[in-house]
Amino acid sequence: MYTIREIQDRIMTKQISCTELTKLYLDAAAADTLNAYITSTPEHALAAAGAVDRKIAAGESLRPLEGVPVCVKDNISTAGILTTCASRMLEDYVPFYDAHAWTLLKGQGAVLIGKGNMDEFAMGSTGETSLFGSTANPVDPRYVAGGSSSGCAAAVAGNLAVCALGSDTGGSVRLPAAYCGAVGFKPTYGAVSRRGLVAFASSFDQIGPIGGCVEDVAALLDAITGKDPEDMTHRGLTPVRPQLTGSVKGLRIGLAGEFFEELPASVAAALTETVSVLENAGAEIVNVRFPLLQTCLPLYYILSSAEASSNLGRYDGIRYGHRAPEGDTLHETICRSRSEGFGAEVKRRILLGTYVLRAGYKDDYYGKAQKLRLTVRAELEKLFESCDLLLTPTVPHTARQKGESLEPVQTYRSDLCTVPANIAGVPAVSVPCGRDENGLPIGLQLMGRAFRDGLVLNAAYAYELATAGAYLAKTDRGVRL
Amino acid sequence: MSGWETVIGLETHVELLTKTKIFCSCSTGFGGEPNTRCCPVCTGQPGSLPVLNEKAVELAVRAGLALNCRINLVSAMDRKHYVYPDLPKAYQITQFDVPLCEAGFADLPSGKRIGITRIHIEEDAGKLVRENGKIYIDYNRGGVPLIEIVTEPDFRSAQEVTEYLELLRLTMRGIGVSDCKMQEGSLRCDVNVSLRKPGEPFGTRTEIKNLNSFTAVVAAIESEVRRQKAILDSGGRIIQQTRHFDAARGETADMRGKEDAEDYRFFPEPDLPEIVLSPIWVEQLRKTMPELPAAKKDRYVQMLRLAPDDAAQLVKFNAVADYFEQACRGLKDPRIAAGFILTQMFAILSTEAQRENWLPSVTAGELRELSLLVERGSINRNVAKTLLTRMLETKAHLKDLLSRQDVSALDEQQFRQICRQALTENERAVADYKRGKDKAIKALVGAVMRASAGRADPIEAERQLRRLLEE
Repeated sequence: MYTIREIQDRIMTKQISCTELTKLYLDAAAADTLNAYITSTPEHALAAAGAVDRKIAAGESLRPLEGVPVCVKDNISTAGILTTCASRMLEDYVPFYDAHAWTLLKGQGAVLIGKGNMDEFAMGSTGETSLFGSTANPVDPRYVAGGSSSGCAAAVAGNLAVCALGSDTGGSVRLPAAYCGAVGFKPTYGAVSRRGLVAFASSFDQIGPIGGCVEDVAALLDAITGKDPEDMTHRGLTPVRPQLTGSVKGLRIGLAGEFFEELPASVAAALTETVSVLENAGAEIVNVRFPLLQTCLPLYYILSSAEASSNLGRYDGIRYGHRAPEGDTLHETICRSRSEGFGAEVKRRILLGTYVLRAGYKDDYYGKAQKLRLTVRAELEKLFESCDLLLTPTVPHTARQKGESLEPVQTYRSDLCTVPANIAGVPAVSVPCGRDENGLPIGLQLMGRAFRDGLVLNAAYAYELATAGAYLAKTDRGVRL
Repeated sequence: MSGWETVIGLETHVELLTKTKIFCSCSTGFGGEPNTRCCPVCTGQPGSLPVLNEKAVELAVRAGLALNCRINLVSAMDRKHYVYPDLPKAYQITQFDVPLCEAGFADLPSGKRIGITRIHIEEDAGKLVRENGKIYIDYNRGGVPLIEIVTEPDFRSAQEVTEYLELLRLTMRGIGVSDCKMQEGSLRCDVNVSLRKPGEPFGTRTEIKNLNSFTAVVAAIESEVRRQKAILDSGGRIIQQTRHFDAARGETADMRGKEDAEDYRFFPEPDLPEIVLSPIWVEQLRKTMPELPAAKKDRYVQMLRLAPDDAAQLVKFNAVADYFEQACRGLKDPRIAAGFILTQMFAILSTEAQRENWLPSVTAGELRELSLLVERGSINRNVAKTLLTRMLETKAHLKDLLSRQDVSALDEQQFRQICRQALTENERAVADYKRGKDKAIKALVGAVMRASAGRADPIEAERQLRRLLEE
């Protein structure tokens, strides 16, 4: 994977023009067999690249994201460019407006290579629910890239983009980053505007950066946290890049045994080594407890499905999206459109979400889950009194083989370690920390208090420095400079 | 009504007078080309988010204060789910658990107090238009801010309901919350009707929706009461249901498909934080509340000695009331100015729109001047009326009219002289009168009016003529 610095150095020193560089990424994306992209955007890319080259010719310097080839997940609205959410429902949907985060990134001079493949409507953790087929893992294409930001993670790890914007509702940035050997970050809830992110679960969703190193992820995050008065849940974030000192001296890193139960040997070993690395770097390891961990999964699936069933109600084929041939009544037409437009996993979540909100059941499921969410938040806050960061595996296993058919609930278990951060709205990063016996990357997760995104990323940065980025993905695929 | 007591509760939707919609910056406003006043937010495009319009909250609180409600300093928005093509997100953002205002009351002119259960804010849906056998949807109205005002089941007659609706309209217009035009849909009324024997618990109620005029409301209530009475008298039971009123037939009918109690799956709106109001802000609104029309009317009656009906007419439109108050500043008897407005001016500015905008060609200052002249006795009232009408019709200024001809009141001597002259010059009429034909006096009054070029007062003239004829 190339870093932003490597790319921009080459452009600034005129070793390669931005246009030539962009063409390399566009060509690689076109020839790609990973199925990382849904839509290629050469028109935008070359126009943006041209503007960068004019700046270089005029002797101007580049801003932090300028000229950088990026992949944007296909549930983030890009005006005039297909935004399908990998669903038949939005197969032909072209938004009128840009997501706020994309407006900011575009304004910074980033070059859009294409829209990233994903699980349909961001529901999934393998990438296999996409209408356009699953995305393969660049480290070993027999394995899945993970989801739901499958295309983004694969593009970065497979050298089809330098960094990417994904979205994370229950782990959808961190998990694929972990599987593919890239760095993925879920910001504090409210750090990045959700305007233009096609809503899945409104109180869980956040747009998050994926990159080839922690520095790049930090730079991308700073580019997209700009204030948006049109998202009332948006708070913004103080810049994180300046907080990357690389030192973890005196930092208290918590280990909660609940996250480490029944781990495969390779994952357990990699995490143990990670702990040593951080200890040697000056961090203090603290034992903590998080007894509510197992409850987090059903809690997440009840609440996120409830919100999803609500957010996806608008897809009826009337104003936009897939419309089935007319039935005898309006009701029939709408039912047909939705039945044809949605895949099985999406339908499953809508049914579950509707069920838990039904009169008579709401108190037992949704009501209880809401109360429990507050308890989980409180417990995590208390935990952060004894430590500054929580260290866990990102996923309690590594990438699965493609086509491995599991019961849905089994697949849901992949999210065990990632959902607590979404439930509590706190920041969490995944960095690669090893390989399993098949060479698939293992992800390490660090979680922190709300709005301490800089602290979280700095610890990840320190780890990366201490290991000299040994575990970041290095594949033969994609662009070669 | 053979022992049945009518029990009625009202749910009124009132469109707020904000410039923009409740969750986006599209403009509100009636009419216009379909789907020209909408955006990603109010058409529910993927990824769109609502932003709460603070003015809507302010107007809702004003409405709550005017209706004596308790204002909830912390309230929240909720999602209400149902499927209908005019609802783009398949949920309406409204307030379910905790509304902005609660536990208020409205005192009807007749003296009865109606309990206001709650007032909450919500977004309006779009409009379905049926044309050429097809159904079209216009989202211009989608997202317009509404308040829903729910009353206790305190009404006992259609007459009380009408009083309430008129008071509501007057008040909401008076404080600038809504223009309450039922024909434009900015005031909509759903009525809940049930019957019971006095003293017994409430009976089963039916809801009548889609009533778009005051007369429709009255007719619907009366026909529904008849219908329920017939069922109950024959020993039947009322089914709880939603009905619509067929104005042509004059009866209510079951609204098919809306019978099952819908499960709206309410849950708190995650895209909007709680609405937290500062007590100081609410207090400030209370202090700066415009005078309520009911209070203004009372003031006109008590302090300015206007007849209650006259006062009621004047307070109906803010602009008219303001004009009146300007015109009667410094007048000993404001009733003169009131009379001019209510007769001469209202005759010419006769439509609702004209009275709402109130742009007469006579300034308040000129009306005051004219009223002063009458008050002092410098010109008589009839002359003033004529002058005023001419000013309204020709846009002439009072100053010019006064200078052009002598319109001053006649002095006593002049007046008697003209009367005596009229008698001398109209022997025939005098003879008729003396013979017993009373109507003949009119001819003599006419002669006096002509001779004085209108400056005489006809009532005074008749009195004087009769006196002279007696001699």
